[in-house]
Amino acid sequence: MGRRLLLEHDNVAGIETFDVYRKNGGYRSVEKALKSMSPELVLEEVQKSGLRGRGGAGFPTGMKWSFLAKPEGVPRYLLCNADESEPGTFKDRYLMEKIPHLLIEGMIVSSFALGANQSYIYIRGEYMWILDILEKAIAEAYEKGFLGKNILGSGFDHDLSVAPGGGAYICGEETALIESLEGKRGNPRMKPPFPAVKGLYGCPTVVNNVESIAAVVPIINDGGEEYAKIGLGKSTGTKLISACGNLVRPGVYEIEMGITVEEFIYGDDYCRGIANGKKLKACVPGGSSVPILPHYLVTKTAAGEDRLMTYESLADGGFASGSMLGSGGFIVFDEDQCIVRNTWNFARFYAHESCGQCSPCREGTGWMEKVLNRLEHGQGNMRDIDLLAEINKKIEGNTICPLGDAAAWPVAAAIRHFRDEFEWHVNEREESQKRNYGLIREPQSIA
Amino acid sequence: MIKVTIDDVEVEVAEGTTILNAARMIGGDVVPPAMCYYSKLPDTGGKCRTCLVEVAAGSTKDPRPMPKLVVSCSTPVQDGMVVKNKTSQRVHENRGAVVEFLLINHPLDCPVCDQAGECHLQDLGFEHGAEKTRYEEERRTFDPIDIGNKIKLHMNRCILCYRCVAVANQLTDKRVHGVLHRGEHAEISTYIESAVENDFSGNMIDVCPVGALTDKTFRFKSRVWFLKPMEAECECTKCSGKVVVWQFGNEIYRVTGRKDRYGEVEDQDGKPGWICNDCRFDKKDLSKWNIIGPRTIDRHSVISQGKYEGPRTSIKKVK
Repeated sequence: MGRRLLLEHDNVAGIETFDVYRKNGGYRSVEKALKSMSPELVLEEVQKSGLRGRGGAGFPTGMKWSFLAKPEGVPRYLLCNADESEPGTFKDRYLMEKIPHLLIEGMIVSSFALGANQSYIYIRGEYMWILDILEKAIAEAYEKGFLGKNILGSGFDHDLSVAPGGGAYICGEETALIESLEGKRGNPRMKPPFPAVKGLYGCPTVVNNVESIAAVVPIINDGGEEYAKIGLGKSTGTKLISACGNLVRPGVYEIEMGITVEEFIYGDDYCRGIANGKKLKACVPGGSSVPILPHYLVTKTAAGEDRLMTYESLADGGFASGSMLGSGGFIVFDEDQCIVRNTWNFARFYAHESCGQCSPCREGTGWMEKVLNRLEHGQGNMRDIDLLAEINKKIEGNTICPLGDAAAWPVAAAIRHFRDEFEWHVNEREESQKRNYGLIREPQSIA
Repeated sequence: MIKVTIDDVEVEVAEGTTILNAARMIGGDVVPPAMCYYSKLPDTGGKCRTCLVEVAAGSTKDPRPMPKLVVSCSTPVQDGMVVKNKTSQRVHENRGAVVEFLLINHPLDCPVCDQAGECHLQDLGFEHGAEKTRYEEERRTFDPIDIGNKIKLHMNRCILCYRCVAVANQLTDKRVHGVLHRGEHAEISTYIESAVENDFSGNMIDVCPVGALTDKTFRFKSRVWFLKPMEAECECTKCSGKVVVWQFGNEIYRVTGRKDRYGEVEDQDGKPGWICNDCRFDKKDLSKWNIIGPRTIDRHSVISQGKYEGPRTSIKKVK
């Protein structure tokens, strides 16, 4: 078991209360930052840590912060993106549910670094009980003087509020989140201008994932260089992985970046292998929007090297034979699972969640969903498979926000790696309605 | 002033100009089509993706090409930018794909649609569309609804360009008109069937690039190409009073704003020439208008095929 920085105390009884959290070393980073550091120094530590955004894109957090425009007399905002809606991802939920004060602590320190006097946690509408947990924790923090005016006598004022969304996936896109927070329809904005220049109410804004903000706490406590020692290359620190699917022990794990995928799936400290003695068929390593990997590419890269749990290794081979770490929603399929059905399920999700603003995504996601629906239900034709590949090529890159890409990638990858299964659904229409393809294939040569 | 090259034509424009507007300064075939962008309405654009262009070189400082196609209506030009529109195969393919996306749920009811002949989607389909649809699924359908007593909304035909929403937001005082639902099910609607009561609500019809919003006083009266467009004006206290009346004989069938070749109302006296509902819907009598002369219609549209003189350069033969 590697080091646990975020979930170190997740099993301590009463950790959701201020007193227990404080006793376990909580709010040390606030004291350290506000009393002995300047905002620039905090930013420097975060930059040194090499922390990359944990929401999915993996953009360096320190660099994102450094882009924040700082015009005189204009307020700045920090927004925490807790609209965790990616299918397969539930790491932020665990973190907020168990240790709400860790997020609040991270928010205070991050806001201090950015010079934001007001910050918001935008939480998805389905997490209503977590809203209560967070509000209770925030009230406690106010009571103890860690939020409000003149925190710890440092002269830094900070207010933190939680804003629930209406349960739309699209509001996890940062500009749609800002629109939604402003009380408008959650449609992504055109970029540029980026939120760092013109965000919430037209003011400079930083939007960070829950886990990224929480990771600021150990970075300030131990120093950025110390944090950067964990992990491998440009993937530093620890990452929360929410593992689900046909695993012996699914759940949220904090891993040190750089362990092998094999260890993560089969290791005793982690998922302990595939349930019911079945074999691994495929894996989606980073939430539903990343490309699916067939079993022979999960633990080894196309070049035959061990695949590691890092941003780089999972993306090794590009989209031809790789995937992405994404948000850490690790979905595992055993030999009995139907890839066509799964792809249809994902496509249905994206068709439902597309905001409908730009044409390729609005029409394309619905079209893909309908074609996949037909294929899955034994009414497809061979040309539908090529049509799908064609549609997703035309959505990808042509939309306002990344939802179009997120909808196109899983379909493209499923066809790339599991075309035979799609063809089987077309050729064996009746059979496909009775049983699943359930085939473990030998590695094909990858062109 | 900065220099930008679009389809091998160099033009000097002011800083902050978008690629589309720079292309419009050149004019002709290098202008990308735009279904949602409307220069007279701030905050429009970026949605329909028909104006996608390829940026072959970002700027003189950073001449790398942009990896993705960009929307020309909202991307500002940089000094030394090289843009490819007609000359790019990628643009052609992707624009064709966007047209296909726009058409999959759009009914092929041009023969009964009032917009036929001056419909931007018709033009675009003519230029880029395939002969056959690959869409075998059921199309989404809606019932036509009334938006006030003068405007009919045919949601089936809507391409969700949001232009009418921008009109409702910017020209009218109350916000009762917007988009409901999301994704494929998104629809333009009013707040629970309430009418849009405003003197300028009729401009929604003018900005609609397709036949989704139509004039109830004109619906099914005539095909637009049978009518004679005449520039006319009147004394109006609400608007500029400068309009186009569409006549058949001595009868006025409809009144619209004066639109330029991009389908946008022309400026009148330095302001966008939006016209009021009185001029549009109620003054259907020749005696109320001072007719100035025939209105020249730009030949780029399908409406002018075989009717107006001039070389047909912009329409390509369908192979």
